[in-house]
Amino acid sequence: MSSTGQISGEFFLSGDEACAEGALAAGCRFFAGYPITPATEIAEHMSDRLPEVGGTYIQMEDELASMAAVLGASWGGLKAMTATSGPGFSLMMENIGLGLMLETPCVVVNMQRAGPSTGLPTMTGQGDMMQARWGSHGPYSIIALSPASPQELFDLTIKAFNLSEKYRLPVLVMSEESIGHMYEKVTIPTREKINITPRRKPNVPPQEYLPYVPDDDLVPPMAIAGEGYRFHVTGLTHDERGYPIMTAEAQDKLVRRLVDKIEKNRNAIIEVEEDGIKGADVVVCSYGISARVATVAIQRARALGIRVGMFRLITVWPFPVERVREIAKNIKAFVVPEINYGQMALEVERAAAGRAKTILIPHMGGAVHDPETILDAIKQAVK
Amino acid sequence: MKNYSIYAARVTPPVEGFAPGHRACIGCGEALAVRLATKAAGENIIVANATGCMEVVSTQLPASAWRMPWIHTLFENTAAVASGVESALKVLERKGRRPAKGTKVIAMAGDGGTSDIGLQALSGALERYHDLLYICFDNEAYMNTGIQRSSSTPFGASTTTSPAGKKSIGQRTWKKNMPAIAVAHNIPYVATACHSYPFDMMDKVKKGLAVNGPAYIHVLSVCPTGWRSAPDLSVRLGRLAVESGVFPLYEVEDGKYKLTVDISPLRPVQDYLSTQGRFRHLSDDMVKEIQARVTKEYKLLKEKCA
Repeated sequence: MSSTGQISGEFFLSGDEACAEGALAAGCRFFAGYPITPATEIAEHMSDRLPEVGGTYIQMEDELASMAAVLGASWGGLKAMTATSGPGFSLMMENIGLGLMLETPCVVVNMQRAGPSTGLPTMTGQGDMMQARWGSHGPYSIIALSPASPQELFDLTIKAFNLSEKYRLPVLVMSEESIGHMYEKVTIPTREKINITPRRKPNVPPQEYLPYVPDDDLVPPMAIAGEGYRFHVTGLTHDERGYPIMTAEAQDKLVRRLVDKIEKNRNAIIEVEEDGIKGADVVVCSYGISARVATVAIQRARALGIRVGMFRLITVWPFPVERVREIAKNIKAFVVPEINYGQMALEVERAAAGRAKTILIPHMGGAVHDPETILDAIKQAVK
Repeated sequence: MKNYSIYAARVTPPVEGFAPGHRACIGCGEALAVRLATKAAGENIIVANATGCMEVVSTQLPASAWRMPWIHTLFENTAAVASGVESALKVLERKGRRPAKGTKVIAMAGDGGTSDIGLQALSGALERYHDLLYICFDNEAYMNTGIQRSSSTPFGASTTTSPAGKKSIGQRTWKKNMPAIAVAHNIPYVATACHSYPFDMMDKVKKGLAVNGPAYIHVLSVCPTGWRSAPDLSVRLGRLAVESGVFPLYEVEDGKYKLTVDISPLRPVQDYLSTQGRFRHLSDDMVKEIQARVTKEYKLLKEKCA
């Protein structure tokens, strides 16, 4: 560990610890959280490590307050994060919406467990994928990432911070209990090898600054409280000055931009992993822990001579509609294993638009799929 | 019952609302406290229980330790769920659709579920004046998720999110005064209790149930797992907390304070702190700071009781 508290090298870390280290590497210096299985270890690790790097850990009284404090810290000028699981994620929803409306860079980690409600607190699930997209009220777009290993939790937490700064919104890391509690080798590069997106500061003097005038990519630069820029921030519909405007026109202009800044930049945002798609008859589309389980089924299917491709969502939101539609033209079916009763499968089906079948392999949570069930579905799909 | 060091099974009610065989840790003070509370409350009760240790250890399938209608709520909503249950009973009895049996509603939660995430729901229930008894079983941290600090964690205690080390003294804030917050709602009955004083605690539960309107009892519950203390010391630690003035036992009836266990002189807080691993890092100065605070608070409490 360096004198500044930075660490680098190879470590044997849990996903939760890797996530916390990723945040620290990305420059996160504020964590507000509330204990919840299976994300507590992230808070614990941050409470231990943040003082070493000169940051602040605050344990809040609940998840509403945690998310709100993160928004406040971001406006105060720090890179900020919270981590939770299903029930806490539900409680954070109103404040996530506020973050979207205020265009506040921050990161929210959801270590998904099996729900609904208290469900199986110590066991895995992927039931919050649609909540990630639509959980707060009103129309909006969001960015959500899905790591498939502790190493990816490290990498994608950094990426989440970078995306949050670039597009000015809360970015969601949608992981699962199984990855959070999984121990694997994690390589932490030295500081200079980590690509960090700084906050986009205004390039005009305070008297000329309008907080919601966007740059060409539809994202406005962000002044920090205390830097001499005086402006108004509100969850009400606002104009470029940040002042509330109660008209349908102002609403149209603002909300369209909030959605478009993600949707029009979707090609720059979306990241997927593909393998053996060309010439495939069937493609397994999955994410997170389910994608890891699916690789076993894919290998077995290939050994049987079935031409099966792998399509892994690293960015789950925005969803890679165009790419899925393109793949759909040349295959018989998508097989979608996920630990819920069909959420991302709906997106696959929508994107495929009838060009290929979508075969959902649901799992209600508490465990991962048996690769055999995925293999059976692959066999079924090529019949 | 003047001699609190005597505990005779035959002079307590034989009813056991909280059955043995649950999965609480060895030496769990909270399980003992719940047992005493349900003993005192009798059989005609409905319990709403927040997420927490007691919910988890008492309801592992295929068994339940609860011998009464029992509902597991969420973490933040126990008092609100209990409000609903109490209101429903009232309505059904008023309409004659349920015989008036005097069934009492008890809400139970830990310190996190009471003083942090559940405080809003509790305040609402007290303000609306529901006829229910709310018992906070305070083991001074989030023990169910693995010992994270709460606002009820005492100053200086090391937890996994207030770790003691070079840059941290452990918990930096003083324990939130929940009974005072309850008193501020002008409810008929507020008390503190501890499982190490079983008759005192059972009396208070009975009183809390007897009043017309909301009652609040704050029960210090020794947690050997989270306090890093020997499991065989749990009852002893509860007594030391009271004898040192760290956790005084009192009740507030219609706003009037009364010490139910009056200790004079107080033991040094060091006697209480020294057997717990969570305080092992404390410097002499910090112990002095804690002693000064405890002495001052106890004096203020005595003045209120005068």
